[in-house]
Amino acid sequence: MRPQDILLPAPAGLCCKPGGFHIDPVRSVERAVITHGHSDHARAGHGAVLATQETLDMMRLRYGDNFAGSTQAIAYGEELRLGDVKIKFHPAGHVLGSAQIAVTCKDTCIVASGDYKDASDPTCAPFEVVPCDVFITEATFGLPVFRHGNAADEVKKLLASVALFPERAHLVGAYSLGKAQRVIALLREAGYDAPIYLHGAMEAITHYYQSRGVALGELRPAKGMKKVDLAGTITLAPPSATSDIWTRRFPDPVTAFASGWMRVRARARQRGIELPLVISDHADWDGLTATIEATGAGEIWVTHGQEDALVHWCKTKGLAARPLDLVGYGDEDEHEAPPAKEAEA
Amino acid sequence: MNRFAELLDRLAYEPGRNNKLRLITAYFRDTPDPDRGYALAALTGALSFKHAKPGLIRDLITDRADPVLFGLSYDYVGDLSETVALMWPRAALPGHNNPPPPTLSEVVTTLRTLGKTELPKQLARWLDELDETGRWALLKLVTGAMRIGISARLAKTAAANLGGKDAHDVELMWPGLSPPYLDLFAWLEGRSEKPVNRDPTPFRPVMLAHAIEDADFANLDPADFIAEWKWDGIRVQAVSGRDERGHIQARLYSRTGEDITKSFPDLVPSLHLQGSSSFAIDGELLVLREGRVQTFNVLQQRLNRKVVSPKLIKEYPIHLRAYDLLGDDENDLRELPFIERRARLEAFVRKLDDARIDLSPTVAFDSWDALTAARADPAQAGAGEDADAVEGVMLKRRNAAYLPGRPKGQWWKWKRDPHLIDAVLMYAQRGHGKRSSYYSDYTFGVWTSGEDGEQLVPVGKAYFGFTDEELLQIDRFVRRNTTEKFGPVRHVVHEPDQGLVLEVAFEGLARSPRHKSGVAMRFPRISRLRWDKPPREADRLETLERMLKSDASITAA
Repeated sequence: MRPQDILLPAPAGLCCKPGGFHIDPVRSVERAVITHGHSDHARAGHGAVLATQETLDMMRLRYGDNFAGSTQAIAYGEELRLGDVKIKFHPAGHVLGSAQIAVTCKDTCIVASGDYKDASDPTCAPFEVVPCDVFITEATFGLPVFRHGNAADEVKKLLASVALFPERAHLVGAYSLGKAQRVIALLREAGYDAPIYLHGAMEAITHYYQSRGVALGELRPAKGMKKVDLAGTITLAPPSATSDIWTRRFPDPVTAFASGWMRVRARARQRGIELPLVISDHADWDGLTATIEATGAGEIWVTHGQEDALVHWCKTKGLAARPLDLVGYGDEDEHEAPPAKEAEA
Repeated sequence: MNRFAELLDRLAYEPGRNNKLRLITAYFRDTPDPDRGYALAALTGALSFKHAKPGLIRDLITDRADPVLFGLSYDYVGDLSETVALMWPRAALPGHNNPPPPTLSEVVTTLRTLGKTELPKQLARWLDELDETGRWALLKLVTGAMRIGISARLAKTAAANLGGKDAHDVELMWPGLSPPYLDLFAWLEGRSEKPVNRDPTPFRPVMLAHAIEDADFANLDPADFIAEWKWDGIRVQAVSGRDERGHIQARLYSRTGEDITKSFPDLVPSLHLQGSSSFAIDGELLVLREGRVQTFNVLQQRLNRKVVSPKLIKEYPIHLRAYDLLGDDENDLRELPFIERRARLEAFVRKLDDARIDLSPTVAFDSWDALTAARADPAQAGAGEDADAVEGVMLKRRNAAYLPGRPKGQWWKWKRDPHLIDAVLMYAQRGHGKRSSYYSDYTFGVWTSGEDGEQLVPVGKAYFGFTDEELLQIDRFVRRNTTEKFGPVRHVVHEPDQGLVLEVAFEGLARSPRHKSGVAMRFPRISRLRWDKPPREADRLETLERMLKSDASITAA
């Protein structure tokens, strides 16, 4: 069976005709299979949703109880038959509950990996290489200029700055689902045991992580704190909040940003970041290329990000490769804005 | 090199001017000679080695990495040095006995003497030895493209701060100094006398004007000002003097102090004034034909030419229109009020009696209303047939001294109103450098009747004019309304009822066979976002064509 008869890009997203479902659809569909809880992949308004329990919980947190007609949870390693195909979920290492979806029809196996990273992360299950015939990969950091290095070293940089400026507050911009919790966990691993402060927009999701057994130590809301008491502290906030009037409650804040984009100077500068922290929840160039080779797939489909470079690299390695030109993914990072009422929190 | 690289890296993230100054001054304090001197030279663009061409850096990286991947990476990062620094493969050096990374002085002095053929190998060796930040700084240095938001002025101010001196003093002695500035630092640290500028033809820092706003007039008295036309040419400083052996030297400087004498050999004889020992004129380079000032479109033919042919000189005869006299014989006139300098300038130009150098005429006015009328119609207000080369009026305070930089309230420029059209955003491309993550380059179009009925035809590209807030809004619009992607270019929705109308301001229009629309705009920029206007109501190509006809006198030249 030809792979494109199993999965095909459609306006609504990746469509599996023999299985009767879409993967991470960007428009409302009857049956959706969802890789992870980021808003560009997990949208409200589908008929039936199949995802990990964590992803379903995150969707409920964001959209409310009626985010879908019906839901079904599936665990890592669990196999399910949908129409003429079998699907199986595997950890993607991106955020809590993130999954790669292996779709098998007859003898052909396609893995839709969603967003993933192969670097270690104390807040989610580690990425698993799934051997397959066709590997669908993201390409957020699909250029050889992106080499992320060790996230623990970046957290050391943050702690050194906190030690250097004890009279200032440190504001760390981080996406509220996944990145923020990972930075907190990394700070704890580095031995930082003081309370860590949170922007209001991060509280619900961070407490959800704690309820799933992720150890994050003592967390406090930044709201209601006296300015002078925030000297020498670390606060996590959505990236957009680190440049708005919300920051005026902090004493002479040092603005940091934890993101793979911080590898490129212009990115840090244009956001007015003083302390760029290269910490990414996506695989870097070396991670993408190593993963592609490890899957043993002979054909690679590249979704959102820097498709051109990765497709080119695949071809130089003798792999069949093509961009899927799916529109609508990967922009959450750039535009994550807290709900209006939280912006003042 | 590492300490310097660290400085550059911190400067790159530091937005505040005062913090930048503190960082640079601290570096000068902590770094010994001659490293700090070479750093000052690097920050002021004064290093004298032949810069490595971007092509050489490209060759180095494409020898070690896939050229296609390099191309895509460069397109994304928008900065050659940073792209190569990030992509450079980890060196397979043995784990022990690695050579220490080079110092800044080592790099600079080696580059001075290094033969062209040895350069690539030497650069590759240094790139292997340095870390990412070091590689980035090295490449910035050798390509001569620092662009880290530090002006030469700021670096000199930071040096002056080291000794609690005035930056103006450093500026004045600067043309006589050379890297690594041992005499300068010795003076700044109080170890020796003030260095003397012995250059017979020094560049004087140029005085610039503020753009005047409507609200400014209320606080200004017309009687305090003299008005001149603002000529649309190239601002220059023409300097003549005698060297130690008494020979006359003449130099032409751009307003940034770049020596451009070689590009205008036809003007040099006029600067060899026998009677006077030295002088410095502030003025504008213009092309004159039969006494008539040509537009900037014509002058452009004389710019950026490596070879200045006799034909070019004959067809585009260059002239100097004098605005100001900064020095005459041994006298520094810059402290004098403008009216006194103007009187001396008039006498000087009269005595000179050279057809290639004339006086910038003043514009008579007794009220702001009178000046408004003159600006609206220069042809009737004295500019006559030269009016097409007038881009507005200049206001100079009668009693203003000639001060370097852009001092407040002394000189004002008041440009003529630009042309405006409403065009539709069609394509957007990511910017370069600081804007590399923003869709900040816009191709816009106007309506015309084509084979398929009404269609938009691109008429220009603009990448500035908007505020930071507007940039965010357009960027968001582009990302949400992309219909197709071609590499770095996004095709943005542009239908009669769907799309974004941009009010575009521009200075002039020329026929252009290179553009599908047949017209090319000069200096287009986004002046307003018309969220209120549906694309179907944007302007039509016919409107531009009509402007072109009324502008026919320009393009005929």
